Amino acid sequence: MRYLTDRKRAVGKGAAGTGTEHHWQMQVSAVALAFLMPVWVFIFGRALGQGHEAVVATFARPFPAIVTALVLFVSMRHFAKGAQMMIEDYAKGHTRKALVIAAISLSYVVMATGFYALVRIAI
Amino acid sequence: MVQFTLPKNSKIRTGRTWPKPAGKNVRKFQIYRWNPDDGENPRVDTYFVDMDSCGPMVLDALIKIKSEIDPTLTFRRSCREGICGSCAMNIDGINTLACIYGLDEVKGDVKIYPLPHMPVIKDLIPDLTHFYAQHASIMPWLETKTNRPAKEWRQSIEDRKKLDGLYECVMCASCSTSCPSYWWNSDKYLGPAALLHAYRWIIDSRDEATPERLDQLEDPFKLYRCHTIMNCAKTCPKGLNPAKAIAEIKKMMVERVV
Repeated sequence: MRYLTDRKRAVGKGAAGTGTEHHWQMQVSAVALAFLMPVWVFIFGRALGQGHEAVVATFARPFPAIVTALVLFVSMRHFAKGAQMMIEDYAKGHTRKALVIAAISLSYVVMATGFYALVRIAI
Repeated sequence: MVQFTLPKNSKIRTGRTWPKPAGKNVRKFQIYRWNPDDGENPRVDTYFVDMDSCGPMVLDALIKIKSEIDPTLTFRRSCREGICGSCAMNIDGINTLACIYGLDEVKGDVKIYPLPHMPVIKDLIPDLTHFYAQHASIMPWLETKTNRPAKEWRQSIEDRKKLDGLYECVMCASCSTSCPSYWWNSDKYLGPAALLHAYRWIIDSRDEATPERLDQLEDPFKLYRCHTIMNCAKTCPKGLNPAKAIAEIKKMMVERVV
């Protein structure tokens, strides 16, 4: 039992002084993905069904490689921030922190794996 | 973690069915009942009301039930014209004011529950202590630093118009209690009602505490838990749009950064 006043309970620890940056980054990455994704899907779609050499040749070209790298980076940043927000909605305490760390780590792992594959194809 | 099932002592069971009066125009009411003093689980009691001798609003029926059938039925009410916000409850799945919600708007049986996801004090009365404290935390008053003018704080007609759609809020809590984000994180998220009031003071041309007010909302939870679900705008019995007010605050926040 804690004898906190209603006001103290409502105010809590006060404003964190952050939040807008996260919100703005989500907006920017969403707009970027709206342009990047159709282009990447077009590139990927054209490569789909072709032989190994043709696919490697496609992604070895500068434009498809750069678009793929951008999609990887932007989408994974968007995923990490979105997943963090979703986790914060539904989980609390240590579970919340652990899941946020896991989601952000996963985004970096996917990004690194994608970049590695891309570099191997392109070079 | 989020709970997807009710605890054992909160599971709602079927309650008492009160006698059906004679008459052709009788309507069935299913009303949530819970008394903290009897140690029982919540229940849903069934009442029958002769609509030929009842007013047109849900509150009229509730008052009739309390006066003529079951005096133990507990609910808040005061102005009976949508000004005080006391009689907010969940009627037919919609958070609204019982006094301005017509019985003709409900198809079939009338199901009445307290506002969702709030602690219940008794029957249809939710505990709004935290909700009111959150409202107080946004400083719902005019903050000025300039010396008080001799006559009054003046405001242009255009600036006064900006408050339309905001000042009408009666703090009934229908919007906040319809918001899933508020359900999950009401300890930190201020909710649509408090944020609508926050915006009402932020854009008041006479108020001089805009930076402090925005600083106070610069938080991942207090403001940014709003995911534009829009339940608040859909349910508001006064036809206001808290989601728009929240979006405007977010725009102001971004303007400070970019």
